[in-house]
Amino acid sequence: MAFDAEIRQALIDQVRRFVTEKCIPLENQVGETDEVPQEIVDEMKQLGLFGLAVPEEFGGLGLDMETECLVALELGRTSPAFRSVAGTNIGIGSQALVLFGTPAQKDKWLPGIAAGDLISSFALTEPGAGSDAGSLTTKAIRDGDHYVLNGTKRYITNANKADLFTVMARTAPDVKGPKGVSAFVVERNTPGVSVGQPEKKMGQQGAHVCDVIFENARVPVENLIGEEGEGFKVAMSVLDKGRLHISAVATGMSERLIKEMVTYASERVQGGKPIIDHQLIQALLADSQAETYAARCMIMDAARRRDAGENVTILASSAKLFATEANGKVADRAVQVFGGAGYITDYGIERFYRDARIFRLYEGTSQIQQIIIARELKRAAQADQL
Amino acid sequence: MKVLVPVKRVIDYNVKVRVKSDQSGVDLANVKMSMNPFDEISVEEAVRLKEKGAVEEIVVVSIGPQQAQETLRTALAMGADRGILIKTDDNVEPLAVAKILEKVIGEESPELVILGKQAIDDDSNQTGQMLAALLDWPQGTFASEVILEDGKINVTREIDGGLQTLSLQTPAIVTTDLRLNEPRYASLPNIMKAKKKPIDEKSPGDYGVDTAARLSVVKVTEPPVREAGEKVEDVSELVTKLKAKGAI
Ligand SMILES: Cc1cc2nc3c(=O)[nH]c(=O)nc-3n(C[C@H](O)[C@H](O)[C@H](O)COP(=O)(O)OP(=O)(O)OC[C@H]3O[C@@H](n4cnc5c(N)ncnc54)[C@H](O)[C@@H]3O)c2cc1C
Repeated sequence: MAFDAEIRQALIDQVRRFVTEKCIPLENQVGETDEVPQEIVDEMKQLGLFGLAVPEEFGGLGLDMETECLVALELGRTSPAFRSVAGTNIGIGSQALVLFGTPAQKDKWLPGIAAGDLISSFALTEPGAGSDAGSLTTKAIRDGDHYVLNGTKRYITNANKADLFTVMARTAPDVKGPKGVSAFVVERNTPGVSVGQPEKKMGQQGAHVCDVIFENARVPVENLIGEEGEGFKVAMSVLDKGRLHISAVATGMSERLIKEMVTYASERVQGGKPIIDHQLIQALLADSQAETYAARCMIMDAARRRDAGENVTILASSAKLFATEANGKVADRAVQVFGGAGYITDYGIERFYRDARIFRLYEGTSQIQQIIIARELKRAAQADQL
Repeated sequence: MKVLVPVKRVIDYNVKVRVKSDQSGVDLANVKMSMNPFDEISVEEAVRLKEKGAVEEIVVVSIGPQQAQETLRTALAMGADRGILIKTDDNVEPLAVAKILEKVIGEESPELVILGKQAIDDDSNQTGQMLAALLDWPQGTFASEVILEDGKINVTREIDGGLQTLSLQTPAIVTTDLRLNEPRYASLPNIMKAKKKPIDEKSPGDYGVDTAARLSVVKVTEPPVREAGEKVEDVSELVTKLKAKGAI
């Protein structure tokens, strides 16, 4: 379904207004207190942000990928901690159900996820399995009508607030690698599930990650998502989509930082003129703009192709690699343009610089994106599709 | 009860307006436009009355170019039920707006019309009052509180030096002030649903109203640049200087 252009614009305008009026004024506070105020969370629920990517019949907006990315670009224009509140419900925490859930599973959980009344997280990474997620060791052993889960998940976003987890666990312990993995919905209140203390982090204060520990947690068989052994495929499909979303968030941040840089450089006078009239500063701005624009174009192209039904694995990885690396450079240049002020907390630029760093790490590091791109190129070459 | 809320598409309140070089007006090219903030307050008030069960239907009307439809959609997303777009590319002056609204009211028979006290583009602050005069209806302007009680509309007004409460017989005209309420953000699902709500399209001609301008703008200028102040040593110097300038 092609999305109505007028509605799309109205959605984007509304999200931009929310970000400008409600989030941006609280950025420093959230950075300092490590907490997004409950009123803002409630307003995000009211606005419908939690349901962006949940189909309309389950109370969400059912946005196509192009519109979701446009909205994510807008959400990117403030501290990423705000987006993170709803981020897992929009993305990795809900999409396994959206893409692979049974009608009964969808009925049970998606309306709560869309409303923001249920927070959902995605639990793939483990202490011993990060980039090589296929080597995960959390076990899910069938016992009658249940699977019994044992193991530890690490750095799970929103785990401290989660009501539900999408958990990837090994149902066939003797099968090494991705093929032995299955995906489950695990409710937080299941006996044997516990969540660790939030980690102290470099940036994105207000968003939290914790360990999730399973000790003989009995999960009903009807909570299996997809077939046994399909868990890795489920996780990778979720991440394909998530990568475009994250690329858009990072690029939204780049656009915000360009605005901040241009405003500051127009006002700050050194050597008798605004620094924006110094060519070396102009180069920093121009490179930031060119790269950010390229990132936006890549994201939108990949999103449209995904909406048209194409396989976008290589495009999504290319977009994530390029957009998040560009964002890192833009954030670094922003500190440079601001000079000493870029390093001083009150100006907010150093906070973005720290916040940006995660985009090159999660949902697949830059190296992992390179590996995926090269793997896909090789595959395409072998199939004579290049 | 049925409520009519006129809404105007104006330059967004966040935009720094620039005067055109020929001083004929402000530059509207590529400028973000939104619903007049006072009209948002009017829509919000109508929606709250509906949520309280005091109102059954909210009709929103906009007189303006095709894009004023987006303004109507915003109002529909906030909770209005249907819209009327009276399409014209002319700059319609308050009296003509009031005359068109008079005719719309003749067709729609609302018991309450809630308007913004003014639009932030020309700050006329006339339409509501003119409309009340044309219809010979009671009016409660600059409302900071609106309460429906026993078929009456009690309006608290912000006036110089305090508050005044009027009790109006229906049908009546209310114009809204800033402190009446804080308008909601239309939710994203409601923005999507608003697309399915009906909007009728009309033209000023359909109501037999001539919108030709009665006023002509002589010139529009930027506010004068603020000049640097002057420091004084003490109060007596201040008083002397103010006297010298004829200010006191
Ligand atoms: C704030 C935050 C939030 C997170 N949220 C979630 C979440 O919600 N759910 C979840 O499941 N996980 C989450 N993670 C985990 C995240 O996805 C992983 O940290 C990430 O995938 C990297 O894994 P790792 O930390 O084990 O690093 P490692 O895999 O140990 O990587 C270390 C370095 O080695 C490189 N490397 C690894 N393998 C190769 C290779 N084959 N070739 C070349 N280089 C390689 C990497 O690129 C990296 O530079 C989160 C992490 C953080 C920090």
